Amino acid sequence: MHLKNLTCELRKNRALFSMILPATVFTLIFAYLPMSGLVLAFKNYRFDRGVFGSDWNGLENFRYLFSSGTGWLITRNTVLYNLVNLITSQALAVLIAVFISEINAKVFKKITQSVIFLPYFISWVIVGTFVYALFNYETGLMNHLITGAGGGRVNFYAMPWVWPVIICCFNSWKWCGYNSVIYIAAIVGVDQEIYEAAYIDGATVSQRVRYVTLPCIRPMIVIMLLLQVGRILRGDFEMFYQIVGNNGQLFNATDVIDTYVFRSLLQNSNLGMTAAASFYQSALCFLIIMAVNAAVKKVDPDYALF
Amino acid sequence: MTQETSLKRGGAFGAGAAGKNRIRMPASSRTFYVVCYAVVALMALLCLIPFVVMISASFTSEQYIRFHGFRILPAAFSTEAYRLIFHSPETIGRAYGVSILITAAGTAMGLLLTTMTAYVISRKDFKYRNGFSFFFYFTTLFNGGMVCTYIFYIQYLHLKDSLWALILPGLFNVFYLLMMRGFVAEIPKELIESAKIDGAGEYRIFAQIVLPLLKSGLATIGLFIALSYWNDWYNAMLYINTESKYPLQYMLYNLLQKTQALAQIASRAGITVANVPSNTLKMAMAVVATGPILLVYPFVQKYFVKGITIGAVKG
Repeated sequence: MHLKNLTCELRKNRALFSMILPATVFTLIFAYLPMSGLVLAFKNYRFDRGVFGSDWNGLENFRYLFSSGTGWLITRNTVLYNLVNLITSQALAVLIAVFISEINAKVFKKITQSVIFLPYFISWVIVGTFVYALFNYETGLMNHLITGAGGGRVNFYAMPWVWPVIICCFNSWKWCGYNSVIYIAAIVGVDQEIYEAAYIDGATVSQRVRYVTLPCIRPMIVIMLLLQVGRILRGDFEMFYQIVGNNGQLFNATDVIDTYVFRSLLQNSNLGMTAAASFYQSALCFLIIMAVNAAVKKVDPDYALF
Repeated sequence: MTQETSLKRGGAFGAGAAGKNRIRMPASSRTFYVVCYAVVALMALLCLIPFVVMISASFTSEQYIRFHGFRILPAAFSTEAYRLIFHSPETIGRAYGVSILITAAGTAMGLLLTTMTAYVISRKDFKYRNGFSFFFYFTTLFNGGMVCTYIFYIQYLHLKDSLWALILPGLFNVFYLLMMRGFVAEIPKELIESAKIDGAGEYRIFAQIVLPLLKSGLATIGLFIALSYWNDWYNAMLYINTESKYPLQYMLYNLLQKTQALAQIASRAGITVANVPSNTLKMAMAVVATGPILLVYPFVQKYFVKGITIGAVKG
């Protein structure tokens, strides 16, 4: 019966099916098919035997990943970085969005909005160039300012604790424009009558912002936060790799799951363990997103992912 | 839209509008506005300064940078870095060529694929559209990860060192699909229905009715896809070995890596290497790599804003 319905539907809408076919085939081949490689996480990979010829070794790869301490380190780094980045970048974006919305000088507003949006467009390679120009030992702008103020030169690349701050700042800097666009759109969508009522009640501007604007965009903020939390185990690989590079001294403080997987992949040390880290990331990410989506449904069902 | 609305709002509530009925602001409001303007101006400066440093450093002489470090304004003006780059323009020219090729091809194919799919899944009379939507959406929730994709491309598709390895990964992005769906949803379905009544086939409706109405959406999504291709260096790092196939961003990255490696070796050996690509050369390369984006940015900015707004704010 179902099959008959299916063939009936196929024949009726065959043009539409044919339109969606290329994307479906593409997704099947390039997204679903590689998932079968996840079995590598449970195998003892041997290069000559390939993925499917290697022997199974159960959870050995996972055990090794965590007992060697790497697993916990990269998990801790990934989660902490994502949490801090999430809070600071969203806070900055809300702040900028609120301020820009309150500004009336049209030209100033337009120019600053354009400029703030600019960092989103450049690649992280360029940002890596900036970081180098700022922080390197001999010629960096920071060292120039420090020596100009009378201090001694600082080797930032030998101080691991400084880099979480640098990464956090650059992350907020790059995403501020993009996120603030979303919040500005949300602010514009606020009902004007509430503002009028507040004005009639004698609210000053800052009171208006605190008691009208922010509460009205609160659902949006919550959604954005929750959606970002859903990606808590996925580090922004490009950012970490470009800012820190292959500087081994900084790995303890800055290595995340993505950079670890990438490095091991290209150095081919233990592919099974690498695959285990990747699998662990994907699986946990999936579970977290499901949980987060259930939470988002409670706040505002319209914004739930599915 | 943003500007008119808040201008109206500001004008109505006397927040410093230069109108006829100028209402005096309470002191706290004035401080608030001062803080507003100051913070936004500071943020804009912070966003602008790195670019200024980069451009001015590219126009400075290497000696000056070595002694005085990077500055905000160019001090000892010199175009030696650019002369060096364009002295042997083949490397840069080839990298530009590769980048332009993959961006153009990828954007064209990706846009067609995305738009066709978005059109189908936005058709309410298509019974399986939710199924297909979820099929596509699931790939953002769970995927094989770096390892599986890498092995798949290298061992099973044999795309090592091929330009297709640069085009295929970014060809169909579910996030852009959902954004495009938002654009397609704006087209009134009565148009499509009346076309069907007039006897038009699906492809004809798509090509002659939907596409012309989607100009803004096509521009927006096209620009997003083009930007992601232009800035991509990750796929080149994974899959490309031949230097003649390096796209622009990866070539820049390579140059930076080589410089740092050389400088480290030289400093450990205690020698000064005369031919190390200089700081100014790096900055000049960065300017060349980002130049096109900075140039077209003012014109395309509004499309990105529209795309993000449609994608993020529903209803």
